[in-house]
Amino acid sequence: MNDVETPVAVMTAAHYKSATKPIWCPGCGDFTVLSAITRALAMLQLPPHEVAVVSGIGCSSRIPAYTTCYGFHGVHGRALAAGTGLKVARPDLTVLVTGGDGDGYSIGGNHFMHACRRNVDLTYIVMDNHVYGMTKGQASPTTEPDWDNKLSPGGTGIRSFHPLVIALASGASFVARAFSGDPNGMAEIIAQGMRHPGFAFIEVLSPCVTFRPEQREWKHQVHPAPVAPTDDAARAARRIMTDDGFNIGVLYAGGRTPYPAHPRTATRTVAELEEEFAA
Amino acid sequence: MSAPVAPRTLEVFMALAYAMEREAVERYTEFADAMQAHNNREVAEMFRTMAQYESKHAEQIMAEMGWKQAPAPPAEGFGWPGQEAPETVPIDEVHYLMQPWHALQLALVAEQRAEEFFGKLAQATTSESVRRAALELQAEEHEHVALVRAWLAKVPVPDEDWAADPDPPRYLD
Amino acid sequence: MHALGTIDRQTGAGPAPAGAGRGATAGTSVSVAIAGSGGSGVMTAGTMLLDAAARAGLYGLMVRTSGPQIRGGEAAALLRLARRPVDALDDAFDLLLAMDWGNVNRFADEIPLRATSVVIGDADEGAAPDVFAASGARCLALPLKKMAKAIAGSWTNMLALGLAGGLAGIPVLALEAALRDSWKRADAGLQANLAALRAGFAEAAGLAATATMARLDAGAAASGRRWLISGNEAAGFGAIRGGIRFVAAYPITPATELLEWMAPALAKVGGTLLQAEDELASANMIIGASYGGVPSLTATAGPGLALMTEAIGLAVSAEVPIVVVDVMRGGPSTGIPAKSEQSDLSFAVSGLHGDAPRLVLAPTSIADCVATTQWAVQLAEALQAPAIVLSDQFMGQSRAIIDRPVDSGFAAARLTAAADTPDYKRYRNTESGISPMAIPGTPGVVYTADGLEHTEAGIPSSQARDHGLQLDKRERKLARYDYGRWWADIEGEGTAAVITFGSVTGTVREAVARAAALGFDVKLIALRLLAPAQPERLAEALNGVTRVLVVEQNHGAQLYRYLRAMYDLPGRPASFHRPGPLPLRPAELTDAIVEWHRARSPEKETA
Repeated sequence: MNDVETPVAVMTAAHYKSATKPIWCPGCGDFTVLSAITRALAMLQLPPHEVAVVSGIGCSSRIPAYTTCYGFHGVHGRALAAGTGLKVARPDLTVLVTGGDGDGYSIGGNHFMHACRRNVDLTYIVMDNHVYGMTKGQASPTTEPDWDNKLSPGGTGIRSFHPLVIALASGASFVARAFSGDPNGMAEIIAQGMRHPGFAFIEVLSPCVTFRPEQREWKHQVHPAPVAPTDDAARAARRIMTDDGFNIGVLYAGGRTPYPAHPRTATRTVAELEEEFAA
Repeated sequence: MSAPVAPRTLEVFMALAYAMEREAVERYTEFADAMQAHNNREVAEMFRTMAQYESKHAEQIMAEMGWKQAPAPPAEGFGWPGQEAPETVPIDEVHYLMQPWHALQLALVAEQRAEEFFGKLAQATTSESVRRAALELQAEEHEHVALVRAWLAKVPVPDEDWAADPDPPRYLD
Repeated sequence: MHALGTIDRQTGAGPAPAGAGRGATAGTSVSVAIAGSGGSGVMTAGTMLLDAAARAGLYGLMVRTSGPQIRGGEAAALLRLARRPVDALDDAFDLLLAMDWGNVNRFADEIPLRATSVVIGDADEGAAPDVFAASGARCLALPLKKMAKAIAGSWTNMLALGLAGGLAGIPVLALEAALRDSWKRADAGLQANLAALRAGFAEAAGLAATATMARLDAGAAASGRRWLISGNEAAGFGAIRGGIRFVAAYPITPATELLEWMAPALAKVGGTLLQAEDELASANMIIGASYGGVPSLTATAGPGLALMTEAIGLAVSAEVPIVVVDVMRGGPSTGIPAKSEQSDLSFAVSGLHGDAPRLVLAPTSIADCVATTQWAVQLAEALQAPAIVLSDQFMGQSRAIIDRPVDSGFAAARLTAAADTPDYKRYRNTESGISPMAIPGTPGVVYTADGLEHTEAGIPSSQARDHGLQLDKRERKLARYDYGRWWADIEGEGTAAVITFGSVTGTVREAVARAAALGFDVKLIALRLLAPAQPERLAEALNGVTRVLVVEQNHGAQLYRYLRAMYDLPGRPASFHRPGPLPLRPAELTDAIVEWHRARSPEKETA
């Protein structure tokens, strides 16, 4: 069970970490993602009980219980749907949706696209390690086509999914990439995403030390995006089509009206609804 | 490392030093917990000890400066040369089968980075009080390096196959 | 169709059995079918006829049937009008009025006729197809289109409305009022169509050839407040009455109208309907919203329910209340989308992986859709579990004139955790099995809901003790709840009992009444709560009963098998079952009951 929080004047990142210790392999990038999330929450000083972390299935989906926020650990690929329902029904809450690349881009692909379209005020953090870690190392949609694995010996041969392109094309109004080796930068981006009114998508490169030890090279490949974020979708689109997959930073932060919140004010009573049936 | 941005005042500089220690405490604690969860008790205890040391250093800074509360980080950030504070061991440097020798190697490199950082900072700053404080801390880190080396001498060097685990990874969800 | 020691019928088509007792309903209802194709406005006419009947103080039921085309296809409005509430179609239609015969023969199975029936077609559209003429009904041809053309600006279907209404015994003022009230175009058109209506009505009066046709008895107009409503609307309204304020759904025949009605209705009472990208999203969205404390619902049909099963299991495990209305249609797979069937029962009561107790309810009529859906909301919320409501296409898409349902009072009342409850455990084992649920936003009782098996505190666990405890808890909370008298309608007395559920109830009730009039007393048990099973209550209801007959509209005798699995039934239970698309008819059921009743053991015969 998550910690009982004590009321404090100022909340630090520590206030958002629960007593439950993660089971992630030592070396996993998700540790710093958890820290970055707690730091971002501290930046915004949100009371933990007014924040909900919604996840699917996979290593990174274990995150909710590691925070002192309300958590929802649902089924594989449907975290965005659960988070959408929660936020639309309870707009007063801050809703974070977390998961991995398999959860978000494979089984969850359809919901990902529609969440970008729908623009409900959620912050979606995908910990992308280009593999299905929890089920022992199969290719995920972002896996390189030539990565040898047991289900697809020699590699899938299928072009990998480019989540930022899909997000932008589907209408996401905040698109960013972060790297687990840069927790401070990540915390900043997450906080920005949370402040952004509407759907914020943050893809986090988060190496898997157990199944993709070669991803330790990522720290040498990532680099800050050469240009500042744009609010022009067309410009963002041109940039993303030549993106090398290692640009870190906010790519696009545009203005779109967020999906309208519930509840609207009641203008009729239930009894008044009957009148249309009167024979 | 690239030249660090030098803090203008002693207050800011000590806040930086404090933050470095605290970040190291958190990282070592994270490692200790992760090692414990993976049944590597010896290394877990070692990381916990390191966390305690760093915690004491942080408290020392608080006491020296007479702070009642942790100082707020400067608005412009600390300007670490790398992505995290110099004394923080990167998250991906650990392994569930690692041995005390590895942990100490990581700590050694971390202390060396910190030493180098303070040295560079002492050269870069234009404030005399900052320069003096930076040199002091550099000297302290130098001592820590020596301590870690001494500690290292006492632990066995791991075999070549220290990372060999005959069992394959497991399914969970 | 194989026998299970059963009585089955291959089809329900063809002329009504001659010896069918017409019992208590003989002469008290009139059934009218209006048919046509290609934009002839059959549905409009049928809807107005039903509306007129309501205004005239009658009760009635209108079923629609049509070809697969989106517009311009063949269609028929099938009505039954009476001085008492109507829950089922009769064995045959007294009047078939066809504005043209374009493919109307496709509905022959759904428009059975008898020798006393009257068939009226347009003289210029050819003779009535053989399939209708073969019934021995009186066939007439009138120049319907020409008559309508003679009144400039009028439509044939309005003439037909007047004609059908007149023949059925609806006062012309009621027909006129129905037309006036629904008219949305220019006044000139209204006047023309009123004239056409009157012309049709006048024609009816002069048709001596229809003298044999059944008509409504004279009688007082019904008093009291009444509604004109479809089953889908009724379910939607019941849901709102029960407290639903969030719906996420994906359109699917025949549930879409429920969603279309709910969207503006919810907005009026401060709720929201969100159209999801698919049923997987719908189910998970309502779970998210419900986790947030807002009673939530979705509506779908068989294929959609199949997609939702993983999510429904999540609601079971995480103990999150949701209501899923399944408007059943012909299955399996894509099946027959626009026709009714009761073939999702097995799936609803057992179609989740793992040991996953859930609530399954079934309204027994269009009117009952209000209270039973409302009850489902209350139960789901009280028990923190998913509730599946089995409606069907027959109830969902048909309209009926019903007495205004009194508010049953069922309402969502979730047991929630107070802020800062000491040592709060979300899934704490309690006597009732129900543990207080913390609602996000409440301090001091933060937890993580999980589909993974968990400890009482909600920490994922693979331990035997925790799994056993939580399984017991989730089963116990449903099993121990006192469902009250609403779980079934139990009517009449007898040593023989007929058990049924859903829309078939109306037909069974009528057949039971007819059988009683013939001297065969049968108890009727219409189940409203299908899961969890209620062994004690059924045993009480079957006290003194030595034989049961299970009646249902599906191929696999699903209720029969379920009852045999979950309950001890007396004697050798019998089954009457037939799949859709055709509705069961009172006469065939009456015959079945009588035959079954007669086939007793020798001891009983002589007793």
